Amino acid sequence: MKSLVILGAGTSGTMMASHLSKKLNKEWEIILVDKDEVHYYQPGFLFIPFDMYKEKDVVKCKPDLLPKSVHYIPSKIDRILPEENKVLLEDRVLNYDILIIATGCQIAPEEVEGMKGPLWHKDIFDFYTFQGAVALRDKLRTWKGGKLVIHITEMPIKCPVAPLEFAFLADDYFKKRKMRNKVEIYYVTPLSGAFTKPVSSEKLGYLLKEKGIKMVTDFAIERVDNENKKIIDYGDREVDFDLLVTVPTNMGDECIARSGMGDDLNFVPTDPHTLQSKEYENVFVIGDATDIPASKAGSVAHFEAEILTENILRYIEGKELLPAFDGHANCFIESGNGKALLIDFNYNVEPVEGKFPIPGLGPLALLKESKLNHWGKLAFRWIYWNMLLKGIPIPFVSATMSEKGKKLN
Amino acid sequence: MEKVLAGQTVQVDQEGYLIDPNQWNEEIARAIAAEEGIELTPRHMAVVKWIRETALSGKPLSIRTVKKSGVVDIKEFYQLFPGGPLKLSTKIAGVSKPKSCL
Repeated sequence: MKSLVILGAGTSGTMMASHLSKKLNKEWEIILVDKDEVHYYQPGFLFIPFDMYKEKDVVKCKPDLLPKSVHYIPSKIDRILPEENKVLLEDRVLNYDILIIATGCQIAPEEVEGMKGPLWHKDIFDFYTFQGAVALRDKLRTWKGGKLVIHITEMPIKCPVAPLEFAFLADDYFKKRKMRNKVEIYYVTPLSGAFTKPVSSEKLGYLLKEKGIKMVTDFAIERVDNENKKIIDYGDREVDFDLLVTVPTNMGDECIARSGMGDDLNFVPTDPHTLQSKEYENVFVIGDATDIPASKAGSVAHFEAEILTENILRYIEGKELLPAFDGHANCFIESGNGKALLIDFNYNVEPVEGKFPIPGLGPLALLKESKLNHWGKLAFRWIYWNMLLKGIPIPFVSATMSEKGKKLN
Repeated sequence: MEKVLAGQTVQVDQEGYLIDPNQWNEEIARAIAAEEGIELTPRHMAVVKWIRETALSGKPLSIRTVKKSGVVDIKEFYQLFPGGPLKLSTKIAGVSKPKSCL
């Protein structure tokens, strides 16, 4: 019997298990390894601090989401031995014919001096973990106001639009609680602005002004001063805060570093079009674990999964891999006040206006605020649990980006 | 849009970044730098060349990658390109600045 091992049962790993269990013949055993049994709906973390989602809305049990034919092993991963086609777990060794790395990425606040200091989860919060989002919700419920600083440490991060959505939702939240006049909202980014692409800047710049969000750009944080409640950058600029909501450095899993297979941030060098590892031909990489220049987002993982499934079948049959992945991402962006935007883009085409998914008809509008987009974002949770993770295609939405229905120059 | 830099006609985007990195040369770099109020010294040029090579090889550019470059430390990087060193050095190097999804 041949063995296909998937490391990680998050969004990517679960989708690959679902797709491949339908496609591989009985000669293949699919083994999935993950260290903990809770599957989080990560897009929901954004809503927890504002009491829009409860804890139970974002958690399910990992093994329950997997096809029955998949052999699930709850275990930590020590390391991969790619030269020997082996994975070392805590108490056993797995041999593989094909390996899929889907170990994702997580926050690493310890990368910045003072970030995980005495104020961590007291006045400094993340919302990229379940624990962080819940702790922040509890803080906001009793917060009396002051200077709220929303901060991105460095790129790349999972869901690069989430901090912006957080700023928009914070504006809305404090307005509803009739305390917006007691809160200053700052958005601090290492990039050149909240919007870095020309069409987005032009079409969406008004949102920041309208919501009174102040910008600090090109800010590369060096350290957090807990005593004086300041963040300080390499150019010695300082931003003081009463409440800091930061997106810490995002890094790939430590098992990648232990395996000697990652870059500085533990991301695995991956072909951006075939999703094959650049170093080992029987190793494939998907989702947040790769170093490809696509967004780290569930929608990207979704489109990658369809293409990677095809490529794994081709690899087994000895056929050439398809360089089909185009960096396609499709994301709803909450803009507050019960509205959201939708963006659809890839490696080459920046987000532009148009209609989605049916060209000319929609019903969803691209790069424009609408209530329907907000309902789309909320409906997506059901789609995630019931379609995406099970490998059921979403009607009209293709893995590669369509240029139809878009206002391209 | 078209723009004349150092007597040569090049294509730039709305923010003045070269659209085709192949249109870059050192005279154009000097002209872009001058518009940003920077006079390019050999130190600047060494950093600009590293930025250019890294960007064109498809590797990500961030403060972290600059820190590990061995070409310049972060304090000097800020001194050379005050305010927004990545934004400025990429512009002078004829490559696109680090971007997000939007």
